[in-house]
Amino acid sequence: MSQETNSTAKTAAEEPASAERTRSGCCYRPNVDILERDGDLYVVADLPGARSDSIDVKFEDGTLEIQAAVEPMASEGRTCLLQEYGVGDYYRSFQVSETIDAGKITAEYADGVLTLRLPKAEAMKPRKITVETKSNGLEESEVRR
Amino acid sequence: MYRDSRYPFHQLRREMDRLLGGFFAPAAEALLPQVFCGQPAVNVWEQGDALQVEMEVPGVKNDQVDIAVANGELSITIHRPEVEESDVTYHRRERPTGEISRVLRLPYEINAEQVQAELHDGLLRVTLPKAESAKPRKITVSGV
Repeated sequence: MSQETNSTAKTAAEEPASAERTRSGCCYRPNVDILERDGDLYVVADLPGARSDSIDVKFEDGTLEIQAAVEPMASEGRTCLLQEYGVGDYYRSFQVSETIDAGKITAEYADGVLTLRLPKAEAMKPRKITVETKSNGLEESEVRR
Repeated sequence: MYRDSRYPFHQLRREMDRLLGGFFAPAAEALLPQVFCGQPAVNVWEQGDALQVEMEVPGVKNDQVDIAVANGELSITIHRPEVEESDVTYHRRERPTGEISRVLRLPYEINAEQVQAELHDGLLRVTLPKAESAKPRKITVSGV
């Protein structure tokens, strides 16, 4: 088996400092894309094998946590011939520096990809302020004439 | 994660990761789209009279998978297109895009007509039933 740099290889998740896992087995760190669109923050995470009801997303004190429980591979009646990737839970957390409107966070899951939309709090959104030119109406009309 | 000062070593490690990470991988590079490299990992097992091949393919749709069985080989090609959008600022890009394929030599003859593939929650599973000739046959010993 080639163990070269592989973009599809899974990496183990870092354990949160405050807690240890109660479930045995490996925990993986999902690959994510983080992007900003229309003033909203999006976190897109690859969670292949996770069922939508086993995904847990938490946002507290500026920390976003993504957790997903994945059933370990069943072994009864199976003769393993090649095992190149492990199956296990997913965990990853992020410090979100922007102020997020926690009540408006939405999550979508399709084809093993979790998409979180974190709208920024209204106060944090850049607002375009139009500069009004104040001119003396009288003067202008005089000039036009 | 380890911001608490009760964990000085975690903090130090984080700091080192940050420093070295910044040294070896310039920040700008991290924002370029990740492209698949190497081979996709597969798990292969035998169940009943069939060979099962499983691969993790998050975000891949049915029409982005190509599976072929020929000359005793199974080849799987997946294609995850890069979504190029305007008005999007990336802060992190780790999910690889592009094309990646894998060819596996099959250990025995397969009933190519009966090969099935399904995609579910980002997992691709290909079921390859054994050909009649490859199935174990019980031979009864006849007494004289």
